[in-house]
Amino acid sequence: MNTVSTTHVAAPVRRWQAATEESAWVRRSLIGVALIFLALFLMLPLAVVLYGAFEQGLAVWLAAIVEPDAAAAIRLTLLVVLIAVPVNLIFGLAAAWAVAKFEFPGKSILVTLIDMPFAISPVVVGLMFVILLGNHGPLGQWLIEHGYRVIFSVPGIVLVIVFGTMPFVARELIPLMQEQGSEEEESSLTLGASGWRTFWHVTLPNVKWGVIYGVILCNARAMGEFGAVAVVSGRIRGETNTVPLHIEVLYNEYQFTAAFAVASLLAALAVVTIVVKSLIEWRDEQRRLAAVEGEQ
Amino acid sequence: MAFRFRQHSVLPGFGLTLGFTVFYLSLLLLLPVAALLFYTLQMPWVDFWATVSHPQVVESYKLSFGASLIGALINLVFGALVAWVLVRYEFPGRRVVDALVDLPFAMPTAVAGIALVTLYASTGWIGQYIDAFGVRIAYTQLGVIVALTYIGLPFVVRTVQPVLRDMAPELEEASAIMGASRFTTLRRVVLPTLLPALLTGFAMAFARAVGEYGSVVFISGNIPYTTEITPLLIVAKAEQYDYRGAAAIGTVMLVAAFALLLMINALQWWSTRRHTQR
Repeated sequence: MNTVSTTHVAAPVRRWQAATEESAWVRRSLIGVALIFLALFLMLPLAVVLYGAFEQGLAVWLAAIVEPDAAAAIRLTLLVVLIAVPVNLIFGLAAAWAVAKFEFPGKSILVTLIDMPFAISPVVVGLMFVILLGNHGPLGQWLIEHGYRVIFSVPGIVLVIVFGTMPFVARELIPLMQEQGSEEEESSLTLGASGWRTFWHVTLPNVKWGVIYGVILCNARAMGEFGAVAVVSGRIRGETNTVPLHIEVLYNEYQFTAAFAVASLLAALAVVTIVVKSLIEWRDEQRRLAAVEGEQ
Repeated sequence: MAFRFRQHSVLPGFGLTLGFTVFYLSLLLLLPVAALLFYTLQMPWVDFWATVSHPQVVESYKLSFGASLIGALINLVFGALVAWVLVRYEFPGRRVVDALVDLPFAMPTAVAGIALVTLYASTGWIGQYIDAFGVRIAYTQLGVIVALTYIGLPFVVRTVQPVLRDMAPELEEASAIMGASRFTTLRRVVLPTLLPALLTGFAMAFARAVGEYGSVVFISGNIPYTTEITPLLIVAKAEQYDYRGAAAIGTVMLVAAFALLLMINALQWWSTRRHTQR
């Protein structure tokens, strides 16, 4: 550090400011290139879905959505989400409590395992469940002998979606709960509250927004899951077609307007998801700023 | 944080929550993975090898891994640019643009798939102009690259953004004071700082792209030996009830996915270590 002597800072202040910034034209062209890239890859796909959905008017759009097969697909998707999201919410809370509040050997392996469903290709996920629960092994054969139909049926769809959305809540909560530590819980316990009471009244309110965000991501992914469901559902129209599979069927039958109409529902869900995410982030930022101001 | 046996804690619920977590993961994650691996192991080695080294399958590996690599490289360059622009510059609509970066994460893959093929088909909004130059994107390998670029877009942006935001301005100031040009500062000071995050984002985009199915199958056209990705072959074999063939290829994909996951974990560890040391 001795080499940076004051004699070197002879340059005028203006020159120094410019040295850690880019010139205006470089800045403008970088912004321009970035925005063109994002417009091409983010805005146009969204726009083409909405255009395709409403091109022939609102009545056609509505007809495509209330049509019996579409309505059945929407009902099935909602049913699956109503099972998968609460199950993974409970898992996420339990996993985050164990990982964030305690130190134990093998913790990093557990965290890697929680992340694993994201790493596996959705079609491989579907295949794994077909092999486990279809007519290929002892478990699947036992199920079939006892009259339980899991593959090419709703339970199989639920299972692959639970698998694919497993990490969302846990992943959101683990860093949040680690950051908050356990002092507040310890005070609550010292004051005589039970473990459950402490969890409901101390921990949960503290991580409320993380829970909401995790649930929203989990929900968006559960409604949109495609590859894994394509393998296990058997694509029985009106019975085991979820919304994404119904979109594929319509598209392959050249019913483009109907395909885009149904797709617009999921696209709207995606937009709502990122709006909620931004609101939560914006709120966090405001609170951080308020905390900094409060200290001063 | 060093490994220890479970530290003493007054908090209750360790046994319950860890027990439930391990039980849940064993039942829903490890059991299906084990079922696939066990099922494949029962195959005679010769059959397994014949399936996974079939020319049609080998062509699909080349496409899946090659297009994923190109897509991830495009995202590396443009992701770094987008992160830079979002962190360092002010412009109208910056917050909206920042939020929109997550769209490929939130958009269901089937929706992305039909949107991309409609855009890039020769009658589409983009395709018609590109067609005029004699380049076709839909139903070619270029289409696969476009789809895989789309789904990997947020990764590099989201890994680089926090590192760039927290980077001490003193580093660049010192470099400038010592007489480095802006380009030299970017190359010798900023780039090495961002490198772990860049590589992590790149590897995540690559790993996601290799296994991707929904957004690719519409735009690729699925022409054998040309535009078939490996996940498509798994679905095709499963639909023909050739579960052995599907399981063999699925095992190859699973092993590749685990290798990538280990690599990403190592990169993330490197990245956070570098990040927190400063």
